[in-house]
Amino acid sequence: MMAFLTRIRIAVGALALLAIFAALAPAAAQQPTQVNPTAQAVNEAQLFKQLGQIDGRCTLPDQKACLLEQPGGRDWRQFSEVTLPWIGAISILGMLGVLVLFYLIRGMVRIESGRSGRTIVRFSAFERFVHWMTAVCFIVLAISGLNITFGNKLLLPWMGPEAFTAWSQWAKYAHNYLSFPFTLGVVTICLMWIAWNFPSKADVEWLKAGGGIIGKEHPPARRFNGGQKLIYWIVVLGGGAVAITGYLLMFPFWGTGIAGMQTAQIVHGIVSVLFVAAMLGHIYIGSIGMEGAFEAMGTGTVDENWAKQHHSLWLEEQKAKGKVADAPPSGRMQPAE
Amino acid sequence: MARMKFLCDADRCIECNACVTACKNEHEVPWGINRRRVVTINDGRPGERSVSMACMHCTDAPCASVCPVNCFYTTADAVVLHSKDLCIGCGYCFYACPFGAPQYPRVGNFGSRGKMDKCTYCAGGPEADSTQAEFVKYGTNRLAEGKLPLCAEMCSTKSLLAGDGEIIAQIYRERVVKRGYGSGAWGWRTAYRETIAT
Repeated sequence: MMAFLTRIRIAVGALALLAIFAALAPAAAQQPTQVNPTAQAVNEAQLFKQLGQIDGRCTLPDQKACLLEQPGGRDWRQFSEVTLPWIGAISILGMLGVLVLFYLIRGMVRIESGRSGRTIVRFSAFERFVHWMTAVCFIVLAISGLNITFGNKLLLPWMGPEAFTAWSQWAKYAHNYLSFPFTLGVVTICLMWIAWNFPSKADVEWLKAGGGIIGKEHPPARRFNGGQKLIYWIVVLGGGAVAITGYLLMFPFWGTGIAGMQTAQIVHGIVSVLFVAAMLGHIYIGSIGMEGAFEAMGTGTVDENWAKQHHSLWLEEQKAKGKVADAPPSGRMQPAE
Repeated sequence: MARMKFLCDADRCIECNACVTACKNEHEVPWGINRRRVVTINDGRPGERSVSMACMHCTDAPCASVCPVNCFYTTADAVVLHSKDLCIGCGYCFYACPFGAPQYPRVGNFGSRGKMDKCTYCAGGPEADSTQAEFVKYGTNRLAEGKLPLCAEMCSTKSLLAGDGEIIAQIYRERVVKRGYGSGAWGWRTAYRETIAT
């Protein structure tokens, strides 16, 4: 009985197997392998790993829309929201702190031998015009630029959204339009003063002596001393960098893509805040930091004793050229009796 | 409240661009601006996929974070909207956006950017719901009418899904299980810092 049942089971099993093969055979002939579209399909994570961003093809006339994803925006956000405000705050507040401290300790650098009353021409009207055009533009650009980074933290809370937007809108226009005279100013400054701004041995001595500001002695200098040359190169190179990166941002997609604009903004932001910090130092030394310095850019003339103290070599040159009047001291410096 | 999301099932998208057209028509989006677009990857090669992409209404949205005038806000449905009255057209949201969603009409001089425009998830803007003022600036407010974004509603293959994140993720999961494959929820990891396990 058992053997019979076993036989039947084997037979049924064999029949079943045959039936399965028979059923599968035509299907297998039509679809030899199972279709798996994902085997070759693109994978988002893999594309990011390979490319950093995902581009494709699109049918829109605006081909910039063919960029599908650019997670690089995350890094830029980190820079814009964390890195740049910190760099800006540290450099600008740090510079202000140093200047206040320096003023309290050192005070105004005086003309040691007093005013001679004799003046000597230091900057022509054209030079002063270019300087002040650039300076005024710079101040507006700096304030309107800092507004973009710090405005919504410092001004927005007490100005309110509508007023802050109105102000920021004007600040943006000012930033865009004043960039042109500013750039013109930087280019003109670069060309008109480059002859006196190549570094020389005297600059090394000047820097070693602390520029006569930190120490007591006054190292000799020609028309521009080491510090002024430094300012010159900061203006020319820094100004050039902010101008180029600024125009890249102002004219979107002109020669750059999104990654290029992010980089341009990063360079623009860092250079700008450092530029502002450097210019604070320049403004300090040109105003309350040094007696007799402002007149150079104000009236264009400086006192001879100021020139002797700060630009001795230049004064000698000017004397040799006969550009210093030997006229007796005029008016108010004369003793009364 | 629902957490509204978009999900494009790239294995279903046939690149018909109906979503793009529907969006432009519904909101009367101006020339040169596309709130939604279809991008084809590996075009003509094995593994070609099309993805319909717009603003993903990110969690912790980068655009809102970098905006210098704080013109962005997130609705109770987690839709990221902005005020065109406050926008100054600086371009920062465009640098930060992972999906290239913000766009600017070219107005005025140079490459000067006008007020930013982007997908509103058919939810209008800060103006009163379904008013003419809202329509002019942001387009139709379908959400206020209890309707979902038109792009997804129009989708002929139901590739583009819009709605509560949990629900559309579940629909996608079921699809993947049933058909046995899926190239994933494009943009989800970037936008929502999560992905759909399949």
